[in-house]
Amino acid sequence: MLASAGPSAYWYLTRASGAVALLLLTAAVVLGVLDVRRASSPRWPRFVIDALHRNVALLAMAFLGVHILTSVLDSFASISPLDAFIPFVGSYRPLWLGLGALALDLLLAVTITSALRRRMGYRSWHAIHSLTYASWPIALLHGLGTGSDVKSSWLLACSALCVVAVLAAVLARAAASWRAHPDRSRVAIGAAAAFALLLALWLPAGPLGAEWARRSGTPSALLGRPHPVHGRRRAQR
Amino acid sequence: MSAYATAYAEPDARAQQPAGLPRLLAGARAGGAMTLERHEAVHGSLPAMHRRRGRAAEELIAEIERAGLRGRGGGGFPTATKMRAVAGARGRPIVLVNAGEGEPASRKDRTLTQTLPHLVLDGGELAARALGAKELIVAICESAHASVESMALALAERPRGVPRTRLMSVPARYVASQETALVSLANGGPALPTFTPPRPFERGVAGQPTLIANAETLAHMALVARHGADWFRSVGTAANPGSALVTLSGPVAQPGVYEIALGASLSSLLDAAGGLTARMRGVLVGGYGGGWIGPQQLAGAHLAEELLAPYGATLGAGVVVVLSEHACPVAEVARLARWLAAQSARQCGPCVHGLDAIAASLDHLAGSGARAGAPRRIEELAGLVQGRGACAHPDGASRMVRSALSAFAAEFADHLRYGACEDCLRASELPLASR
Amino acid sequence: MSHRLRVNPIACEAHGMCAELLPERITLDEWGYPLLDGERLEPELLEHARRAARACPTFALLLERERKPQR
Repeated sequence: MLASAGPSAYWYLTRASGAVALLLLTAAVVLGVLDVRRASSPRWPRFVIDALHRNVALLAMAFLGVHILTSVLDSFASISPLDAFIPFVGSYRPLWLGLGALALDLLLAVTITSALRRRMGYRSWHAIHSLTYASWPIALLHGLGTGSDVKSSWLLACSALCVVAVLAAVLARAAASWRAHPDRSRVAIGAAAAFALLLALWLPAGPLGAEWARRSGTPSALLGRPHPVHGRRRAQR
Repeated sequence: MSAYATAYAEPDARAQQPAGLPRLLAGARAGGAMTLERHEAVHGSLPAMHRRRGRAAEELIAEIERAGLRGRGGGGFPTATKMRAVAGARGRPIVLVNAGEGEPASRKDRTLTQTLPHLVLDGGELAARALGAKELIVAICESAHASVESMALALAERPRGVPRTRLMSVPARYVASQETALVSLANGGPALPTFTPPRPFERGVAGQPTLIANAETLAHMALVARHGADWFRSVGTAANPGSALVTLSGPVAQPGVYEIALGASLSSLLDAAGGLTARMRGVLVGGYGGGWIGPQQLAGAHLAEELLAPYGATLGAGVVVVLSEHACPVAEVARLARWLAAQSARQCGPCVHGLDAIAASLDHLAGSGARAGAPRRIEELAGLVQGRGACAHPDGASRMVRSALSAFAAEFADHLRYGACEDCLRASELPLASR
Repeated sequence: MSHRLRVNPIACEAHGMCAELLPERITLDEWGYPLLDGERLEPELLEHARRAARACPTFALLLERERKPQR
């Protein structure tokens, strides 16, 4: 059974849908940060940008749903449905998978409140919507920490694109708001710089370093099993 | 800051007073609050009324309606109509006495609360009884320390808890004593205007229907309850009956708070204040958001809403500010506009941007930049901000500026052609410092 | 039954989508804030007005029904 098993179709689907979800989430975040007033043009009126932001976010949630479903169905890592929603209780890379669950929880709160925004009042809706600022970096770190093929170039390029896009959007918005809201702009730039620094320090020592699978909490029973990241198939027992 | 003297009616000066006056200021003495004992000696005791809403309550409201009493806080809204609206709304009403007086050129409300607290409290008590209100809130400007003290002492003299009364301190900002701002403050929020509906009469303090009445309005109510509607109407005009307090400032011998019969001429008020100490250039009536009367129209000016309306002016909260011949109207209007822009609650885009742009254009005319097209731009902006704020602040600024353009047309034309005049740099005659 | 549009000037933050979706009745001033004439809406514009009110991110544009007779 083991010898013939390559990575299952579920594993590929999980990886792909996760990457697409991250790209879509990034696009939604960029549109939200820039705000309809800055992201629009004569050919892209504001109401279109607004609808785009909403629809891209919903599409991201759809892909997120596929990502979670396939990760649970994938028999490789025994991720239970509960692990998808409750952070840090799983057996497979608990911290990094847990970040994914955390991001999911935050995004679910944002999605549900946006559906009910008319009933909520603007201020409470807006307060919860700000959780997206936290959900994006958490999702990114989850992807980099959990992915068993994190060293592959396409994935790294994808993540780099997402990081650059969001950082650029945040800096553009901070520059535009500098005069009207100097403290808010300063906080935004500080947070962006801190996150960039965090990535620069953590990536080489972490996922891109040696034996990440073991260090990140992959159960030892799985470490010997055939899997793309672990290279060639090991000898059978 | 100029010293304001309050005109108290001395018995021997009565011969000089118009018939029927003083009313509110009757028996008031300089240098002290009127005690409950003296108050009842001068005016008689408060008429007894049933505690609950009922026939006696409706009779009071009907009497106030017959008297034609209108709000003295600047809005001029018929008081009886307001009371009926509160009475008809669902909930347990609350009465809020507005003595916030955020207008720098007005001192009548602090005079009333400081020297005639029982008159104000009588009115508050009557209104509370008529509406079945259990709570009375007296809102006083935070800088009016003497008024707060006076009110607290007066409350101690009266029977406790009839109705349950508390004092509320209002920040010394222009928009803070706006009705919805007071409600917001009473509810624990900032003293900033809110969007309506719901208006305070439907849902105000603690979500209950709230009657917000100016301190002077309630003082008049206290006298109407004692002397009746016919007595009240015996002075004043048909559309605006009764007497009113005005705050007169500028180059007159005795600036201060005076009681006039509505419709009285501006010149009679100036005479009562001992006459002018310098020639008049113009008069601002209604407050810093009111209207200017220019030199040509001063002779025929009479102090009542319907008589000032043709000038684009309003009596408002009884503010009359005289501008002397030494001041430059353009420079003073520019300073006023800059002050009004700074007093914006900054909640509504058109007010924030519009008032700032008006002030900038006026600054240009008063010498600091390119003047071409400034009057046209000011007129355009004044139209653009009208009615586009949550409160009437931009409307007041618009009215003040537009009336200035018309009252001082010659001076504005001169500044457009020749730039700043020598009087532009003089110190301002208008009290603009925050209180 | 007539409908009118009204804007809550405190909530309004000049996103400007209302003017894009109902250009027949809403224009923007030089600072991006909406100018409404306050007149009653023609029935054929009602659906567009609803869409414009729904599009406002801060719920500042209000579509109000009144049963009062015309002024």
